[in-house]
Amino acid sequence: MEMIKKIFNKSSLLVPLVSILLGLLVGALAMLAGGYDPLLAYGSLFKRVFGSSYHMGETIRAITPLIFTGLAVAFAFRTGLFNIGVEGQFIMGMTGATLIGVLLDLPWYLHGPLAILTGALFGGLWAGLVGYLKAKRGVNEVISSIMLNWTALYLANYIVTKFLLEPGQQKSRNVHESALMSIDWLVQLMDKARMHWGTFVALACVLVFYILLWRTKQGYELRAVGHNPDAALYAGMNVNRTIVKSMFISGVFAGLGGVFEILGVFGNQTVLAASVGYGFDGIAVALLGGNTPIGVLLGAVLFGGLSYGSNGMSFGAGVPSEIVRIVIGSVIFFVAAHGIVKFILKPLKLKRSDKSKEAA
Amino acid sequence: MNQNETVVQLKGITKRFPGLVANDSIDFELKKGQIHALLGENGAGKSTLMNILFGLYQPDEGEIWINGKQTVISGASKAIELGIGMVHQHFKLVQPFTVAENIVLGEEPQKGLTIDYKLANRKVKEISEQYGLKVDPQVRIQDITVGMQQRVEILKTLYRGADIVIFDEPTAVLTVQEIEELLEIIRGLAAEGKSIIIITHKLKEVMALADAVTVIRRGKVVATVDDMADATEEKLAGLMVGRDVSFKVEKQQSNPGDVVLDVRDLTMNGDQGKKVLNGMTFQIRAGEILGIAGVDGNGQSELIYGITGMRKTHGGTVTLNGNDITHLTPREISKSGVGHIPEDRHKHGLVLDFSLSENMILGTYFDERYGRHGFLDFKMMDKTAQELVTEFDVRSSGISTHARALSGGNQQKAIIARELHKNPDLLIAVQPTRGLDIGAIEFVHKRLVEARNQGKAILLISFELDELYALSDRIAVMFEGRLTGEVDAHERDDAKLGLLMTGSGKREG
Ligand SMILES: Nc1ncnc2c1ncn2[C@@H]1O[C@H](COP(=O)(O)OP(=O)(O)OP(=O)(O)O)[C@@H](O)[C@H]1O
Ligand SMILES: [Mg+2]
Repeated sequence: MEMIKKIFNKSSLLVPLVSILLGLLVGALAMLAGGYDPLLAYGSLFKRVFGSSYHMGETIRAITPLIFTGLAVAFAFRTGLFNIGVEGQFIMGMTGATLIGVLLDLPWYLHGPLAILTGALFGGLWAGLVGYLKAKRGVNEVISSIMLNWTALYLANYIVTKFLLEPGQQKSRNVHESALMSIDWLVQLMDKARMHWGTFVALACVLVFYILLWRTKQGYELRAVGHNPDAALYAGMNVNRTIVKSMFISGVFAGLGGVFEILGVFGNQTVLAASVGYGFDGIAVALLGGNTPIGVLLGAVLFGGLSYGSNGMSFGAGVPSEIVRIVIGSVIFFVAAHGIVKFILKPLKLKRSDKSKEAA
Repeated sequence: MNQNETVVQLKGITKRFPGLVANDSIDFELKKGQIHALLGENGAGKSTLMNILFGLYQPDEGEIWINGKQTVISGASKAIELGIGMVHQHFKLVQPFTVAENIVLGEEPQKGLTIDYKLANRKVKEISEQYGLKVDPQVRIQDITVGMQQRVEILKTLYRGADIVIFDEPTAVLTVQEIEELLEIIRGLAAEGKSIIIITHKLKEVMALADAVTVIRRGKVVATVDDMADATEEKLAGLMVGRDVSFKVEKQQSNPGDVVLDVRDLTMNGDQGKKVLNGMTFQIRAGEILGIAGVDGNGQSELIYGITGMRKTHGGTVTLNGNDITHLTPREISKSGVGHIPEDRHKHGLVLDFSLSENMILGTYFDERYGRHGFLDFKMMDKTAQELVTEFDVRSSGISTHARALSGGNQQKAIIARELHKNPDLLIAVQPTRGLDIGAIEFVHKRLVEARNQGKAILLISFELDELYALSDRIAVMFEGRLTGEVDAHERDDAKLGLLMTGSGKREG
C-alpha cells in the first residue's frame, strides 16, 4: 500500500513526457520484433485520431469517460483511499440513468437532469458503501470494492433484463429522447461523431475537483485525513465521516461517467458479459496524471487518444491494436518507476549544469 | 583516544534548499575513537550535514574525505559500505518483526535458499554482548520500549560493520534512566575504537560525553572546541545562540483563581481490558501550572487523549470551567477552550505534507475567520501564519514550505505558536520543549509562564525533572493510571519523587 501511495504521488512534467517517449519507443521495438513497421503504424495511429472531423469527435468521445473515472480514482486517492471500485460505480451510474431514462417520461428540462442526478447518486452511494464499511467496520476498501464491482455487474444485468429489456434483444429499451444528452448541432458539425454534453461536464468536474480539494474547508479536511488521519483526529475532524464523504464524491465522478455513456453515446444499456473496463483504465489515467486534476485530463487525452487511434493502426499498418496496450503499459511503467526515467535523465542534466558552469 | 587518525573530513560543504542555505561552507573533522558533539540552534543545519555524510543528500559544493580518501557518498548503501551508520531520531523498524529479523533485514545470512535465523540470532547476540547492549534478539519490536528500539537501531549499524556512528538527537525520546544507559553505551563504542558523532541540544550530555564540539549557527561553523577542559555549559550555550542564555525561569509565586479543569475518577480501559486510567482525580486552577511526573507509559498519553476527547473514557468526569466536557467531540472540547501541544509532533501535531500556513490553522480552520461559506481564505491564513512565524521565530524558507522541510525544533515551535495563539483557558503541554535548542526552550518556558500569569491553567507533562521543577507550581506523580501523590514543587527531592514514580511511595495528602 505504501508503495502504491509513493508511486501515485509523483508528479512533474518532465518525467511523464519522457515516459511517453520511452513508451512509444518500447512499442516500436515490439512492432519491430513482430516484423511491423513502427513508423507506418504510428503514422496511421495519428492519422486516425486527427485525420477527419468524425474521428476527432469520436476520439473526444473515447476520452470523456476516462476523465470521469480518472478523477474518481484520483479524488479518493487524495484522501488516502484506493478506490478500485470505480468500475462498479460506473456501471451503477449507467444503470441509474437508464432506469430514469427508460421508465419515466418527463419534459426534457426535468428528464435529463433527473437521469443524470440519479446515476450520479447511484455511483456515489455504491462507493459510499465501501467508505462506510471501511470507516465503521474496518473493511479494507480494496477488497470490498472489488466485490462490489462484481455485484454491480450482476445487479445491473438483472435490472436491465428484469425491468427494461427490449424484447428479443440483449439490451434495454431506448432511453426517451427527452433524457438524451447528445449535442445535435455538434454531431452534425463533426460528421456524425457522437458528441455529447458529458464532455463539458467532465471538464467542469476537473475544475470542481480542484476547487473542492484546494479551495474549500471540506477539501482541507479530505486532504488532512488523506495525509495524516491521526493529526486530523487531533484537529477535531470526523475522520470516519470524511472517509465516507470522499468515497461518495469519488463515486459521483465515476457514476457521471457511466451516465453519459448511456445518455450521450448509446441511448440504451446492454446486458454486460464482462465489465466495461473504464474504471480500471481510470486507475491508469490517475497514475499518468499524478492524481492532479489537470494531470488526469492530460492522462485521459493520452490514454483515450492512443486507444482510439490503435484501431487505425491495425487498419493502416496491419499491427494488432493490442500493441497500443504495450505502449500504454510501458508509459505507465515509466511514470511509476520514475526512478528509471530520472536515472536516464541524470547524465543529460549533469552535462547541462557542467555547461552552465563553464559559461559562468 | 589519543590516536590522531582522521576518519571523516568535510571540507567546505555547502547545501542549498530553495530560499535558504542550510550548510554554508562547513569544515568538520572527526578523529578515530572520538565522540564529537554537533551543537547548534534549531534549523542550524545539523541534520542536513549528517544526512549528507550518510548519503541521503548530495552537497552542492565541498568535499568528503573518509579515511583519507576523497569520496562521493551517493546513497545510504554507499555510506554503509564505507562503514558509516546512522541512528535516526525517528526509528525505521518493522514492528511485527523480531529484533534479529530487523537487524539482518536486507543482509540476511543464507542457508541454501532460506534465511538462517539461528545464525542471525547468534550473531546479533554476539554483537549485543560485545557492546553491552543487552538486547534479546527474539522479541518483537512492538513489544519493547523506545529505549530498546533505539538499541536495535544501534545494533543494526554495528551489524552492518559501521565504524563511524552518527546519532541524531538520540536522547530526545528517552527517559532519564535510558539516557544514562545510552551514554554508557556510547562511551563503550568509542572505547572499542568506533568514532561517534552525536547531535544533541542537552549541554549536560555534551559535557559528560564529548571529546570535541563543533558549533553551527545558521549554517556556518562558529566554533570548534577540541579541548573540553575549556568548555562550560554557559560558554557553549553562548556560542550556539550568540547571546547569553539564562537557565533559570523567572517566575513569581502563583496566584491561583477559580478551578478551570476538574477531573474526577477518570478511567479508561486499554486494549487488553486492563485499566490504563484508573481513577484519575485532580484539579487545575486559573493561573496555575500543574506538572505531572512519572515514568513514560503509566497512562500519561491516555490521560491527554481522554481529556481532549481523542479517545473514549469509560468512567468519571472532566469538567472545564464548570461545564461537563466528558463526552464531547475533540472539536467541541477544543472550541470550549482547550489547547494541546501533543506528545508526538509527527503523528498528531502536524500534517507534514501541508504547508506551514495550512498547519497553522489545523485546529481552527473551521472558524469563520479563515473563510466563509465553506471556502478557505488564504490571505487570512497566510497573515496569521506569518505573524506566528515571526513572533515565535520559526525558521524556514517561508510559510508555503511543507512542514516536512522544517527542522525538528522549528516544527515544534510552529505547534507551540499555533496552540498558544488559540488563547485557550486550559493549555495541555506534553513534552513541550522536546527537540528544542536552549534558546528556544528559554523562550517557550517564558511563554508558558506568561500564559499562566495571564490566568491560564496549564497541564504540563514532562519526563525532564529540570523542566518540571522550573515551571510547575504543583507536581503530581502518576503511576499505573493514577496519581500516587504530590510533591513540593519548590523543594526538589529527587529521591522521594523517584519512589513515587515507581509506585513504592505511599499515597499522601
Ligand atoms: N528537504 C528540505 N527542503 C527545504 N528545506 C529544508 C529541507 N531540509 C531541511 N531544510 C531547511 O534547512 C534548515 C536546516 O535544517 P536541519 O534539519 O539541518 O536543522 P537542524 O540543525 O537539524 O535543526 P533541529 O535542531 O531543529 O533539528 C532548516 O531551515 C530547514 O527548514
Ligand atoms: Mg535536526
